[in-house]
Amino acid sequence: MSRAPFSSVTSAVVSFARNDIDTDQIIPARFLKTVNREGLGDQLFFDWRYLPDGSPNPEFVLNRPEMAGRRILVAGDNFGCGSSREHAPWALTAWGIRAVISSSFADIFTSNALKNALIPVAVPPEQLARIGSILEAEPEAELTVDLEATELHLPDGSAIPFKVDPFARRMILDGTDEMGHLLAHEPQLKTYEASHPPRISTRA
Amino acid sequence: MRLLDGSATVASPMNDTNPDSARPRTTVDKIWDEHLVAPGTDGAPDVLAVDLHLVHEVTSPQAFDGLRARGLKVRNPGQTLATVDHSIPTTDRSLPIADEIAATQVSRLEQNCREFGIPLHGIGSPHQGIVHVIGPELGVTQPGMTIVCGDSHTATHGAFGALAFGIGTTEVEHVLATQTLLQRRPKTFEVRVDGQLHPGVTAKDIILSLLSRIGVGGGTGHVFEYGGTAIRALGMEGRMTICNMSIEGGARAGLIAPDETTFGYVQGRPHAPTDADWDAAVDRWRNLTSDDGAEHDRSISFDAGELTPMVTYGTNPGMGFPITDRIPDPDALTDATQRDSLRAALAYMALNPGEQLLGRPIDVVFIGSCTNSRISDLREAARMLRGRHVADGVRVMVVPGSTEVKRQAEEEGLASVFRDAGAEWRESGCSMCIAMNGDQLSPGQYAVSTSNRNFEGRQGKGGRTFLASPLTAVASAVSGRLSDPRALL
Repeated sequence: MSRAPFSSVTSAVVSFARNDIDTDQIIPARFLKTVNREGLGDQLFFDWRYLPDGSPNPEFVLNRPEMAGRRILVAGDNFGCGSSREHAPWALTAWGIRAVISSSFADIFTSNALKNALIPVAVPPEQLARIGSILEAEPEAELTVDLEATELHLPDGSAIPFKVDPFARRMILDGTDEMGHLLAHEPQLKTYEASHPPRISTRA
Repeated sequence: MRLLDGSATVASPMNDTNPDSARPRTTVDKIWDEHLVAPGTDGAPDVLAVDLHLVHEVTSPQAFDGLRARGLKVRNPGQTLATVDHSIPTTDRSLPIADEIAATQVSRLEQNCREFGIPLHGIGSPHQGIVHVIGPELGVTQPGMTIVCGDSHTATHGAFGALAFGIGTTEVEHVLATQTLLQRRPKTFEVRVDGQLHPGVTAKDIILSLLSRIGVGGGTGHVFEYGGTAIRALGMEGRMTICNMSIEGGARAGLIAPDETTFGYVQGRPHAPTDADWDAAVDRWRNLTSDDGAEHDRSISFDAGELTPMVTYGTNPGMGFPITDRIPDPDALTDATQRDSLRAALAYMALNPGEQLLGRPIDVVFIGSCTNSRISDLREAARMLRGRHVADGVRVMVVPGSTEVKRQAEEEGLASVFRDAGAEWRESGCSMCIAMNGDQLSPGQYAVSTSNRNFEGRQGKGGRTFLASPLTAVASAVSGRLSDPRALL
């Protein structure tokens, strides 16, 4: 199915320097009882975002008024570890985030993010530290994640190249998804199935 | 460099010892080559065939909606198996589900399975259970297979020498529609554990020790291949405990090449091959061991004889240590983000640097989850609990991994050991491992849990989790304090 093509985003950032932010923090499990993929923005980082009495936690970055409308999240190492829930990128994109910058990402999160046109931008740790210093000095600084060029542009005019799966990149730039590509392999799949009968039957 | 040329791989049967290639192959290579429908071209990933797709209520509804929106069918319902585990209650199953949202999710799965012809072990089925417990139990999990599920603990099935990994909901839709996935060949990470475990030290302690050594991101981009005499000495259920937590080290999958222990476990199960098919299957499976000289991208080794019972102190599974150790000091860390992350973890856990965990009062003990809820886990736990009693004021929940495990435990008298000792004996499901179904900690409570994740709020908002083995859980239940199980052997 098609969606809007995406090639780059320029935005001030939401900065949250914690390592190993797991998908249970991105969206707690009790919100996974939904049968929909929409409307999860309110549950993003819920247990960090709200105090036990339900009021917004003033300490949490997302609750600062100036964060509204920001499209880029900067986080510590190993972002998105833990559960495979695709609700994590659904919640991030529903809130408005289009790119996450970190020094590394968990594998399943990377895959899920790219399928939702959320760009995981992995930069070397020293560059992540440099971005942190820039943002500390100038919290309103805007960054640009350029998927077409696979470059992250900093306010000082410098650019950091990043790696992204070339196939996923093409899908996102074109505004399409992978199902069509898989379905187009029907002839190869038929050939495969002819020589590889199912190993099991799950029927009783 | 790991991509073989397509013509050499597409048709190669699994028992091909690869005479045309000088390159020795890992177990992962062998399974990958066997399942390659089409090698990736022009920058695209490989198209990989899936032998078994496990489905549950939480990560599938949006995928079925996607199929309907595209007008697609489930390609191979007979290679798909569904159950309910995450959001169902573990109390009286004859009652309707009180949580309306959970009830809707469960009935949606039932509708989807009916509409698309997928076998379902729902509430009331004697085969209902945690998806990673029932696959092996039914014998649908077999060596050499590719197995996926919209659940990160799919790595569990790697214990059989299968390539098994968790996927997201978009990929669930891909597999439902095509029985394939787009994948890039992972790197491999050899984990070698030799030597002999001491009494009171278990498979859970091996994996918690590995995680404490490499951290929660240490295996990212890799599949663990576990080996060594200590791994070989484990039964299948211990091996499943280890492979289950591969994802907690960042590896999407972890596997153990099959051997006689594996074959012995699979043989005779409801969906296992029989007669001549069985013999042919075992012949194939014997070739799954990594070839001599096969190269791994990374490796680590340690000695099982040096391990003691492990426990986690922080808010991810890599923050673990021997149960007799003291809480580390964030100020000793030089990296600012690492320091802040450890500080935040200790603040959440309300623990202080230098403190010992041993002897710390606890509120709840949870014995269950796809990590440690199988019959051998319950046997070990019951053996230690027999003739003892749960400490006053401690809530102990024992949640069998499947309805079949529950039946077996009741038949063997284990259930009455738990009940007589003052523990709750419940229906099967994920329960307090993920706390979606109402089984949860209250804010501030401390739990010793045999599950796999100690993330903030994982077992209930504000709850604090110490991950440990079933033996450590029982020893702690009896004393009401975090305890070393070796004292009760």
